[in-house]
Amino acid sequence: MTPRLQLSGIRKAFGATQALGGVSLEVGPGEALAVIGENGAGKSTLMKVLSGAHSPDAGTMLLDGRPYSPADPLEARRCGVAMIYQELNLVQHLTVAENIVLGVEPGRWGWVNRRERRAQAVRVLAELQSGVDPDAPVSALTIAQQQLVEIARALVHEPRVLILDEPTSSLTGVDVEHLFGVLERLRQRGVSLLYISHFLEECQRVCTRFTVLRDGRTVGGGDLASTSLDQVIRWMVGREVKDLYPRTPHEIGAPVLALNALAGREKPRCARFSIRAGEIFGLFGLIGAGRTETLRTVFGLDPVRSGEVQLDGRSETSTTPARRLRAGVALLSEDRKREGLLLNRSIAENLLLTRLHPVSWCGFVRPQAERRTARSWMDQLEVRAQNEHQAIGELSGGNQQKVAFGRLLYHQARVLLLDEPTRGIDVGSKAAIYLRIGQAAAQGRAVVLVSSYIPELLGVCDTIGVMCRGEITAVRPVADWTEHALIAAAIGQSLDIPHA
Amino acid sequence: MTPSSTHLSEWNARLKRLVQIGGPFLGLLLVGLFFALAHDEFGEPARNTVLAARNLKTVLVQTVIVGIGALGMTLVIVAGGIDLSAGSVVACASVFGARLVVAGWPTGGVVLAVIAAGAGVGLLNGTLISVFRLMPFIVTLGSMSIVRGAAKWLGVNQAVSIPRESPVVALMAVNDPDHFLPLPPGVWLMLALGGLTALVLRQSIFGRHIVAVGSNEATARLCGVRVRTTKLAVYALAGLCFGLAGLLQLSRLTQGDPTVAVGLELDMIAAVVIGGASLSGGTGSVLGALVGAFLMALLRNGTSQIGWPNYVQEIIIGLVIILAVGLDKWRQNKRT
Repeated sequence: MTPRLQLSGIRKAFGATQALGGVSLEVGPGEALAVIGENGAGKSTLMKVLSGAHSPDAGTMLLDGRPYSPADPLEARRCGVAMIYQELNLVQHLTVAENIVLGVEPGRWGWVNRRERRAQAVRVLAELQSGVDPDAPVSALTIAQQQLVEIARALVHEPRVLILDEPTSSLTGVDVEHLFGVLERLRQRGVSLLYISHFLEECQRVCTRFTVLRDGRTVGGGDLASTSLDQVIRWMVGREVKDLYPRTPHEIGAPVLALNALAGREKPRCARFSIRAGEIFGLFGLIGAGRTETLRTVFGLDPVRSGEVQLDGRSETSTTPARRLRAGVALLSEDRKREGLLLNRSIAENLLLTRLHPVSWCGFVRPQAERRTARSWMDQLEVRAQNEHQAIGELSGGNQQKVAFGRLLYHQARVLLLDEPTRGIDVGSKAAIYLRIGQAAAQGRAVVLVSSYIPELLGVCDTIGVMCRGEITAVRPVADWTEHALIAAAIGQSLDIPHA
Repeated sequence: MTPSSTHLSEWNARLKRLVQIGGPFLGLLLVGLFFALAHDEFGEPARNTVLAARNLKTVLVQTVIVGIGALGMTLVIVAGGIDLSAGSVVACASVFGARLVVAGWPTGGVVLAVIAAGAGVGLLNGTLISVFRLMPFIVTLGSMSIVRGAAKWLGVNQAVSIPRESPVVALMAVNDPDHFLPLPPGVWLMLALGGLTALVLRQSIFGRHIVAVGSNEATARLCGVRVRTTKLAVYALAGLCFGLAGLLQLSRLTQGDPTVAVGLELDMIAAVVIGGASLSGGTGSVLGALVGAFLMALLRNGTSQIGWPNYVQEIIIGLVIILAVGLDKWRQNKRT
């Protein structure tokens, strides 16, 4: 049988950087292949080559046995190779149907045939069993629904190969299950899938075979069922990762932060929990359960409607981030690019911004002191960069996150509010962040860790609370939780599992 | 990453820094070089006229008003905003100052009152922008018209002349036009204020906060920067600069004219952009803005001295601005 897609010796360089140094892979019709690799391993470049955004410098690509070299993404789409990017690419002001046919509108002489457009949209949406209204504006949809629209867009052209880049990064349990169902149906119809993900468990669910990229090369691959995760991770990092969740022994002390029936603008509706010095408190829930909003309300970014936040047993009435920071409470944003960092500014500026006084004199920053402090922190955090003046936007995601997290440590915050601290970063950087969280707890700091990734919560936390519809419904020591129990609590147990 | 690619990207970063810091100087050097080689319509080498010390003095004096305005504009643009009311504030401040001089106010009082009035307009702009969260472009477009109207009302629709003996006139008076020194106090004021502003923007905590707000407001808030106060202060300081520029305008013309300085805000913005600032905020150089202002003044002065028609000047200045923005874009594209 001819493979659906066959790549051999694909190379691509940007300037002196060899992004791809010889990638070969093969996927059959109706087969799902997991493409695994750390950040910077070359996955994104490979996908861009496949989807026509870049053209390779060397190597051959065959689609159903015929040479395949798309000039641009539109041509790739016409050939039946469609791509679902990690970040959603929908036009918020247009309707679902308009988005689905965007760029390939049915019609004549520049006029859109509206009936045909709607019919096409209805057809592909029905295939996905999505229940999304084709006439709804995209801005009114949930993230999960928007992602289905993205997939629907790929289906308009009868795709032969569907490439998915971290499709679950913004979804939670139930929506992920629904997505997997959709992918399984597509596969049965003969669509080949290339599935990129950091979540190895997910790859095992979706795919049968896998291939591992490292430094732009194919370094290994095989059947997922017969390969241990340890082996896969070894291929990815090129070394042994002894323990992904290193635990630093830490003692739990006196209560530091307490939320007393805290309610924000919409969410949280009633958040109640307390954490102690040296405790790592995990907060789990579906997207939209109000976890991020809870952190933001505690930190003073969102207004408090009722209830109170207590620090060291004293009620804190003031609610601005500036005052919270002064009281030793700091927040790591879930959105590094839009909120977490000043992307066009230097590492030093980003690292020291919340606490400039130790490096300044009479309101002026001393360049020497700034440089020295920034350097020593970069060494401690193992940030890989040219120097402390490099713009932070030029670093890899993992290194950016180390700086964003380092800012909280440099601030000497007693309470660390961490919102999805390991989202979208590679395994090596993840382990480094877990280590820092453990060390912070060992120094007596209190940590609130919001995450959608259950193994991480179970591996790192002392206590886990679950949020459901704006309320904290269950708080238990980590030993009393299982993956199953967490999901059950997050969807409110007695409820039926809704579809999208 | 391989060692060679690190090396290359380091070079690239150095080149970028060079363009960022040296860009306006490079432009100035090129313009200087051009006038060093050019001849005017009578065959006289321009280096003896345009680049003569006495003419450079004139160019410096012509730079002062835009230059001081550009200092304030740099703060606003680095903070991610824009102030279109600058030209109107300059005109209004000059009329206001003239009225005060005519009314017999002491010079110190005139200076303080005019600067305070400029800062007051800035404070109003800043309040609307930071407290009521209106778009800076729209707010200052509105105040541009309001302040211009106020200037005409203050001057009863005409220029208010002040006596030539007034100490205010001495601020921009060119004594001994044949020698480079002494420079009028206005020039020294611009240079001193430029140094101060540069120091504040680069090294003070307040300056770091301005940059943070312009680079990413959400991040600034997350990091405990008082975003509203910072913006308010930035617009007020900018207004202060525009007020001062208005005072020097009055000094130079010896009259407060409500119809001058139309479109002057665009010259200031151009100077700031040539100086390496990005209109999306978060980057900008005070020194660059001053060099940008001087560059434009030199181009205007020089091309008219060698007898080029007015329209050629305008075209060249337009090209310089676009070139500066092109460089800025190139710098940002390189950031991957």
